[in-house]
This record gives sequence, C-alpha cells and structure tokens, in this order.
Amino acid sequence: MPLLDFIRYHQHLTGTKTGCNEGDCGACIILAGELQQGVLVYRSWTSCLTPLGNAHGKHIVTIEGVNMLPALNPIQQAMLDNSATQCGFCTPGFVMSLAGFCLDRKAPTTRNAIAAIDGNICRCTGYKSIERAAAVVATLLTSRDNEEPALFAAERQILPEYFTSIKERLKSLITSLNGELNPPPDSHPCFVGGGTDLYVQQPEALQEHPIRFLLGQEMLKGITREDTRCVLGAAVTVSDLLESPVMQHYFPALENYLQLVSSTPIRNMATIAGNFVNASPIGDMTIFFLALDTTLELSDGHHTRTLPLRELYKGYKQLHKNPDEYITRCWFELPGPDTGFHFEKVSKRTHLDIASVNSAISITMAANLISEVRIAAGGVGPVPMLLTDTAAFLRGKAPGTATIKQAYAIAQLEITPISDARGTAEYKRLLLEQLIKAHFITLFPSLQVELLL
Amino acid sequence: MKNIDSNTHVSGTSVYLDDVPVMNGTLFGAAFESPSAHGVIRELILDDALRIPGVVRVFTAADIPGQNEIGGIIKDEPLLADTHVHFCGMPVAFVVARTREAARAAVKKIRIRIDALPVITDPREAQAKGELIIPPRTFRQGDTDLAWPQCTHIFTGNADINGQEHLYIETQGAYVIPQEHNSLRIYSSTQGPTAVQRVVAAITGASMHQFEVIVTRLGGGFGGKEDQANTWAALCALAAWILKKPVKYALHRMEDMAMTGKRHPYAADFKIGLDKDLKILAYEVSFFQNAGASADLSPAVLARTLFHCTNAYYIPHVKATAWSCRTHLPPNTAFRGFGGPQGMFVIEAAIAKAARVLQVDAALIQKTNLIATGQTFPYGQIAASEAGTCWDKAETLYDVVEQQRKVQLFNTENKLLKKGIAFMPICFGISFTNTMMNNARSLVHVYSDGSVGISTGAVEMGQGVNTKILQVAAQTFSIPANKIKLNHTSTYTIANTSPSAASATADLNGKATLIACNAILDRLKQLAAEAFHVTPADITLENGHVLVNQQPSSWNWQQLVTTAFAQRINLSEHGHYATPEIHYDAVKEKGHPFAYHVYGTAILEATVDCLRGTYTIDTVKVVHDFGNSMNTDIDRGQIEGGIVQGIGWMTLEEVIYDREGKLRSNALSTYKVPDIYAVPKTIAIDALQTTRDNLAVFRSKAVGEPPLMYGIGAWFALHNAIRAFHPHADIPFITPMTPEKVLLALYSKTNTETNQQHAETVSHLGSDL
Repeated sequence: MPLLDFIRYHQHLTGTKTGCNEGDCGACIILAGELQQGVLVYRSWTSCLTPLGNAHGKHIVTIEGVNMLPALNPIQQAMLDNSATQCGFCTPGFVMSLAGFCLDRKAPTTRNAIAAIDGNICRCTGYKSIERAAAVVATLLTSRDNEEPALFAAERQILPEYFTSIKERLKSLITSLNGELNPPPDSHPCFVGGGTDLYVQQPEALQEHPIRFLLGQEMLKGITREDTRCVLGAAVTVSDLLESPVMQHYFPALENYLQLVSSTPIRNMATIAGNFVNASPIGDMTIFFLALDTTLELSDGHHTRTLPLRELYKGYKQLHKNPDEYITRCWFELPGPDTGFHFEKVSKRTHLDIASVNSAISITMAANLISEVRIAAGGVGPVPMLLTDTAAFLRGKAPGTATIKQAYAIAQLEITPISDARGTAEYKRLLLEQLIKAHFITLFPSLQVELLL
Repeated sequence: MKNIDSNTHVSGTSVYLDDVPVMNGTLFGAAFESPSAHGVIRELILDDALRIPGVVRVFTAADIPGQNEIGGIIKDEPLLADTHVHFCGMPVAFVVARTREAARAAVKKIRIRIDALPVITDPREAQAKGELIIPPRTFRQGDTDLAWPQCTHIFTGNADINGQEHLYIETQGAYVIPQEHNSLRIYSSTQGPTAVQRVVAAITGASMHQFEVIVTRLGGGFGGKEDQANTWAALCALAAWILKKPVKYALHRMEDMAMTGKRHPYAADFKIGLDKDLKILAYEVSFFQNAGASADLSPAVLARTLFHCTNAYYIPHVKATAWSCRTHLPPNTAFRGFGGPQGMFVIEAAIAKAARVLQVDAALIQKTNLIATGQTFPYGQIAASEAGTCWDKAETLYDVVEQQRKVQLFNTENKLLKKGIAFMPICFGISFTNTMMNNARSLVHVYSDGSVGISTGAVEMGQGVNTKILQVAAQTFSIPANKIKLNHTSTYTIANTSPSAASATADLNGKATLIACNAILDRLKQLAAEAFHVTPADITLENGHVLVNQQPSSWNWQQLVTTAFAQRINLSEHGHYATPEIHYDAVKEKGHPFAYHVYGTAILEATVDCLRGTYTIDTVKVVHDFGNSMNTDIDRGQIEGGIVQGIGWMTLEEVIYDREGKLRSNALSTYKVPDIYAVPKTIAIDALQTTRDNLAVFRSKAVGEPPLMYGIGAWFALHNAIRAFHPHADIPFITPMTPEKVLLALYSKTNTETNQQHAETVSHLGSDL
C-alpha cells in the first residue's frame, strides 16, 4: 500500500492530497525523519510513491503534524501573507516542502527555499507569490547557525514543540524494531529501493507481492573514497550524491547536473542502483555513471559477482541479472587532473521532467590529444548507450571543430532513436549532435563556437 | 484582503470532494473506458469483473432508467456507450464495489469486442467529410472582397494550435448519498451545480427538485469542470439511485486525463491585407475547431473564437468563418479564455507573418491598428477602448526603447544565446455570449445576533469569488468581515444557476448579493428612520455604527438588527441580478453581447539557447485594465496565474494523440505544465485605473480569463529570438513552441516566405509514435 493511501484512507488525515499518483505534482508530500549515524535527518517524500514499508522506523510528518492551530505556523503565515494559495489543493504539499527546508541543514537562502519546492506543481498562482513566501521562510532561519534544525524550529515556534522529543523517540523505536527487518526465509521478494519508478509502473502488482525494502538498509549506504576509487552503496539516493563531499570535490558542477534530475522529494527517495536496474534508456544517473565506466557488485544473498555497468543491459528493459540478485555497491575511478567530465540533459520542461536526450562525457587528454573518451547517451536507443564507435574515432585526435563534426556524424550511425512523447526521432538525432557540441564547447572553451553551430 | 479560505488552505483543513467523510456502507465506483476511438460494440463481457470479491454490480447503458443523454447544448452525448464508441476513454460501463481497489481491479477484467470504424483526429478532415457539430458561423464587417484591391500588402498563411490539459490538481469526482423521499445529495467537484442537477434528473428520469448538488470548493477548475463534472456525478447518481447506497468516485489522474476533453485544438487559414501605412484593411480567417466526439460546449467556444478573432485591433473589413468539426477525440470543452485565445493567436500570427516579410517590427503593425473608442467590433458592439492607453502606458512605464536596445546589444554580443521581445495586447469581452445565462441569485440572511450568512450560485475554485462577495456584503452593511460567512453552493439554496465561468461569476453573484444586501439595508434604514424621526436617507451605517445625519447615534449594527427582529422585519433577501444592456442577434451575427471589455498590454522577453534549443521566458511586463480593483491581492494572483498558464499552453504543454485517437500525453510524466523554475523571473503588473463607468461589481473589472492571453506573447518572443539567430528560419505557426520546435527552427532551411500549404499542420495529432 502506498503511504498516501494509508494516511488518507486509514488514518483519515485528509490534509495530504492525492494529485497525480506518480510523484510529479507534490500535493502528497510528507516528511520522513530518521536517525542517520545518530543525526536526525528529515527528507521530503512524495507519499504516493512511498511503499508503506519504507515508513518503517521513520517519523512520518503530515500537514496535520506541523499545524499549531488555531494559530498558523510562520510558514503557513508567510503563504497567507503573500497570497500564495488560491484553490488550495497543492498548498499542503508546498507547506510540507518548506517545512522540510526548515528541518534541513542547507544554508537558509531564498534559492535553497525555492529548490525545496521544486517538486511541487501549482496550477493557479503562477508561483510568483509562492516565491515571495519562500523568501520569507528563508529569513526565519537566518539566525540558526549550527543549531540542530529540529530544535531550532521548535524553539522558534516554526514547528510544534513536539519536534524536540523526536530524536529520543526514534532511538527507542529503532531499538524496539531491531531484528524485524529481515523477510521470512523461502520468500522471493521483489527488491524495492526508493520505489519512485516501481510505484509509477506497477503499484497494483506490488500490493500482492512480498517486498524486500532496501532503502533503509544501513549496509547499502555511504559514499566513500578508497584510494583512486569512489565506492557507492546501492541505496545511495540522488540527494546523498549531491551532498557527498567526495562527489562535490571531483564534480564541481554536480549541483547543476542534478538539479535537472527530477525534483527534491524524488531525489530524496530515488536510489542510483534503482536507476540502473530500472533500465530506462533515458535514466539520468545511468548515463552519468556509464560515462564513468562504473562497476557494479551484485549479490543474491550467497554469492557476489562484479559486472561493468555497460554490460548490464541486454535489450530494452532487459538485464544481465537474475531476479534474486540485487546491487550491493558500485565504484568508479575518480577522474584525474587530465580528465574532464560533463553531463547534458534536455527535456520539454527543464526541471522535473524526463529527458528527450541526455548525455555524459568523460574525456582524458594527453599532450593535447584525446587519450581516452567515453560518451554515454540516453533516449537514442533501446538501452542507455556508450557511443563506442564515436569514442574509437576520437581517440588520439585533437578536439577541433572538424573532428567534432565527424564525431557526431559517426554517432548518428550508432544510434536508433524512435519517435515518442519525448520527441520525434529527427529531433533526438539533432539534439544528440547539439549535446555533443555542448560537451566540447563546455570542456574546451577555446573552441571557436561559431564554427560548430 | 486575503482570500477567506487561506487559513484552512495552508493548514490542510479545507474540505474537497475526496475529503468529505465517508459514510458507512459507501460503495466505490470506477468507469470502464473504451479502448477504441470509433467502432461498433459487438460484445461486452463482464463475468470476470463480477467475480472479483467485493464487486457489487456493473452498470451499462441498459441500466439507465431515464435518458442516456448528458449533452448540454446539443443532445448528442450518451453517458455510457450503448451501440457505438466515439472516442478512446468514452465510459462504457461503471463498476461499483465495496472498495476502491476492487472497483479498479474489476475494470481491468472487463473485456470488450469492438468492430473498428474509421478514426478522424484532424478537424480539416472532419470538415471536408461534413462531420460538423453545428453549421458554420460567419462574422462579417465591411466587405473584404472590395477591400483586397485597396491593400498594398497581402499575406496568407495557416496556423495550427494545440489543445491544453486543464490539470486542475484535484481530479474530477462525485459522492452521492441517497436521502429520504427518493432524493439524492450529490457532492460534486463541479463549476456548474445546476448542470449536474439537470443531467442527474435526465439520467434517473426524475425531477430536478429531487437532487441537491453541493459544492464546497474545487481544487482548480479552469473550465474543465464546467460541463465535464456531469459524467461522474451522473454515474454515481445512477448507481446510488438503483442500489440505494452511497456511491463515490474520485478519478485517478490517468482516468481523468484519458476520459475528459481539453482546450480545443484549432487549425486556421488566414489572409491579411495592409495599406502602405501598415493599417490593416482586411482580414479573412477560417477556423477549424477540433470539437471532439460530441458538442459539449464547443458551439459556445466557437462563438468566442469569432468574437475575439480581431483581438484588440480595429479592422474595417473582416470575414471570419468557423467550423465546429466532429472528430474521435474526447469532447473538448471550456478552458480559461473559451476559444478566445485561439482566435487571438491567429490574428497575431497573421501580423507576425506580415512583419517578417515586410521586415518591420510586428509591434509597429500591432500599435498602428489598436481599436479606439467609437470603432466597431465585427459583431457590431462599439468599443469603449483602453487598448491604446494600455499600450502607451506600457511603452513608457517599462521603457521599451531601452529594453529593445539592450536586447539588440545582447544579440550582437552573444553567439549561443539570443533574445526576443514581443508585445501582446489583449481585449476580452465579459459576459456569457449566450445572453440568457447572464443572471445570478444570492440569498442573504441577517441572523438575530447580527451575523450574516450568504449563499450564491458561485463556485469557489481559487479565483476568490467568495472573498469578493463577502467584501460586497461587508461594504454594504459596513460591518467587519468576521461577521459574515459564505456558505457552500447548493442547488437547494440557489436554483437555476449559470456555471462559474466566463470571468463573470463575481460580477453576477456580487451584483445579486449587492441587491439582496441593499434590500435588507433599506428595511433597516426605514426602521432606524422611524425610531429617530428622520427620513431613511438621513441614516447611514459606518463601521458597525448607525449614523443619523452623519452624527453617531445610540444604535449600533447589533441593536439595529435586534430591534428589527423584535419588530418582525424580514432580515433575509433573495436577490436576483440580470445584466442590463446586453443583447445579441445570432442570425445577423450583430449585437452588444458584452457588458464591457477588459484591455491590457504585455511585453514579453525570452532567451533561447541556440545550441540546445532550450529557452527561458525572462520577463512579462503588463499594464492591465482593472477598472477599479476591489481586491488587489486576488487580482494580482489571477493575473500571475493566468500568464503562467498561458505561457505553459504556448510553450511546454503538448497534448499528443496518436493516429488511433489514443492519448499519449496521459500523465504528469508526459504532459508538462510549468514548474517553479519555468516561470518568468519577473512579472510586473501595473494597474490601469479607469474612471469610465462599467457594469462590473463596484467597477472592479473581471480578471479571471483575460490575463491568460498575455501568455500568447511568449510564442512570438521565442519566434523573434529564433530569428535573431537565423533571420530566415522556417517557423511554422504551430503551438506549443517546445524545445523540439525551437531546435528544429534554429537549424531549419531558409524560409522563402512563400505561402505554405497545409502540409505541416496537425503535427501534434496523428503523429506516429
């Protein structure tokens, strides 16, 4: 059962709204609080895609849980003062995302407050009034410094007083739940990470099936550096990636890339391994990690094996993986000083949309020549692709305009896009060319842009 | 004053349809929809569905005791398909079960065998085959045949305008509870409670007085719940009527998107003639409206396309013809602007075409031809125009010369990015174009403790109509807002209502409230005058006090009401308002259909990434004709929201059907509306405060629909930015201008500006996916 239905139809808490049932509108956003290495962390989630099992051991906060009626909390007051609510149906979702912002450790800037509501759709206001309200909410936190966000929010009466007791309550909850997380033996559960795609594609089927929840498993978490490698747990979410010091150091533009990937609540739930095994030909994280030549570690509970990500895909939505196997971790070589990396994505709507075409490049230079290059491209074939012929052509050459033009002509021979709701085949072909140009224009600023256009 | 629902909205305590507490014994419905766009039903197999545990019954057309008919304007729409299916998503059967999950599971088990018939998705094809909803209508002014020889420049072309999904965040739904004496209480998420009542009466074969339709509020409507809320209410009512049990159906988003109609797509051909001074002398236009499978509101939408086919311009010679074409899509329906925006897009396209061939700024042609007071619209109404005033104020206030200079400089300095500017003047008529519908009623009770309860036919859907009505009462009685409550809309309280639509709801229901309040006030003043031995004219109410000859008296509002109650004076009134002055002759296609017009001018700026084809709409700067806004908070919200919805329609929002008439953009993952990052960085709004008398409530002009049409300028700003990169780019007049269309235009072959044939139209329809 999705958490949303449990909240609305079993707990009869109707402040959380049903909008789209696919995590795309944010009307159902709630907060999930948990202890991570003893630190209280809240994330906004779209409850329509949250399997009830992922709520296990968490503090689930609905709009009713941030109310301090008859008074409004300052977030709600800011929404009211700025006329940021019209029909009101999306409003609880916005309030919850902003409450999540108040419980987050990010800098309390207007920009971050707006980023916190990037997964909320409003059809009435045109967002300008909501932007004004978000700016006010950011000012509520200016004096927080390093204080624990939940304590600060409770002390300043931004959120109800009970938030001060949650840390202790979660501790005792986890203690009492110890040992309950393993599925019964002899069951063949399906593996569910964040559920952000599974619960869009097959919500009914999942109602009937035993599930092994991977998102909350401590041993599948963490992003660490081991020598020249970066090792990621399979349940690492996109938000974890974004907040990782290792990733930030080696990919300075990471925030720009990941801002194009779904929305805050979805990034809070979606795991990178989930993106790999989902096998969408257009998975953003798959394209990103393909270009890094990532290696996967798979386990069936008894045996483990490794497999390069590029060898995972057999055909459309088909994997070289048996049903009992799940990804435990993955790793890639961190880029050295001579390696450039870049990610491009174009979708109909820039944010919170699925790509028409996406592409990532990793390119290593030696003496002004390309010594190694990998170009991953999504949306141009049945599986996420590495453009191997294009890469072979580029190896050993200098990145000049004539070479680049030849490269994308070769790329055209490697790809087989189809027309669908994300664009016509003709468009996708042209777009991939443009994204290859964009890679080179970004990584080699000395290129004469007008010769490439 | 803030929207009076703000408090409950932000705390999640506002009640929408799916939040009404469910009674014990409630059953849950789900509709089985046609998988084919056109065909004959050979067999409908329900056995497997009926075997699902919890399923109570499956209703089909044969179970309808009254008429199987829900058409509003024309009786051409069955509630449940009987022998034929006419669009993918057409309801064929209605499952009722003890749980929502069982109902949905049962729908999946229903099997249907349909013999396919040819499918039409293109309105031009339907028109060619004579598949028309109503005979074509033509508006004429002057004589275009005589005018063409006088034109220095003549241009022809065509436009192809896509639809728009309403995407109210609250999906459609209804909850019907049987009452005593063969009556039903119907909670419906509808803009038109009376329409629901009428349809339920027809379906059950009973009378309207047996059905109470209750609407507290909608989680967005935008026209999508004007007529198309009827189906769900009628299905639930049918089941509740027969089973004598409460029945509820709140649609899943994918059901909603698949089964409901959208804004009408249009194809159009235009011919425009200008003299050497860029005055438009003649304009001929043919509109091919994609009505979908049945009439719904299409004939009325078609009328408004004609009414607004010259937008804010005066053109002496006009011939505009419109065909309402029957296709095999879900019946298209009302959507904010109601056909007006499509009419306006085509004249703007014609002007843009003239401008690009003549190598002049389109704004020059636009400005030269703005309608002036005293000039006549093609339908005979004489303009009281603010078009020029709005334009001139916008030009000065926002320093357009400087903006244009900066854009030119930017375009010279940047290779990868190009900017474009477009002006978008608007002129929108206020009133239902069906004159009969321009009336409303309000029931005002003053209780003996001095508090006031108001019921009207208006439906609150975020537009703030209840707040404005409350303001009318508060101002008339001169009492604080917290003494007044607006009640839910009910057909038992207010009968024979027009839907909340046409931007006119606050005007009509506000005026009716004013009439009711004034009637009570007159009686109270009479009482006070007798008590203080003066005439009623000497009595005024101010901030809860009774003044006699402007001097404070010993009475306040409370005492006045208490005394009136004791003296058995009627403290209630049912006010009725019908808009004066309006009339229309549909045979001559001439008259005075609108109470007044709303004018405005927007200046939009866009930036195109010429490498990727992506873009941003940077600024929208508006001078808007408010008349005299009675609630600036609400009106600003309506303008910002309307602009963004209009920009969405013109840029991202792409309704895609395949050749078989199946909706491909059937979820929020495939149909993209603007998110917070897609909106312009700046939306500047300046009020044109006019003193001219109008028929708006407290002279505060209607603000619901007009701002949407500022969004049309986004298309032309992008068009101009593309041309800054590729001056001869081939940019067909097709909406929406998605990143795909932009990229293909940026790298298109040189356009020779010959008048193209219809080859590239309907590209959004029947695309092979």
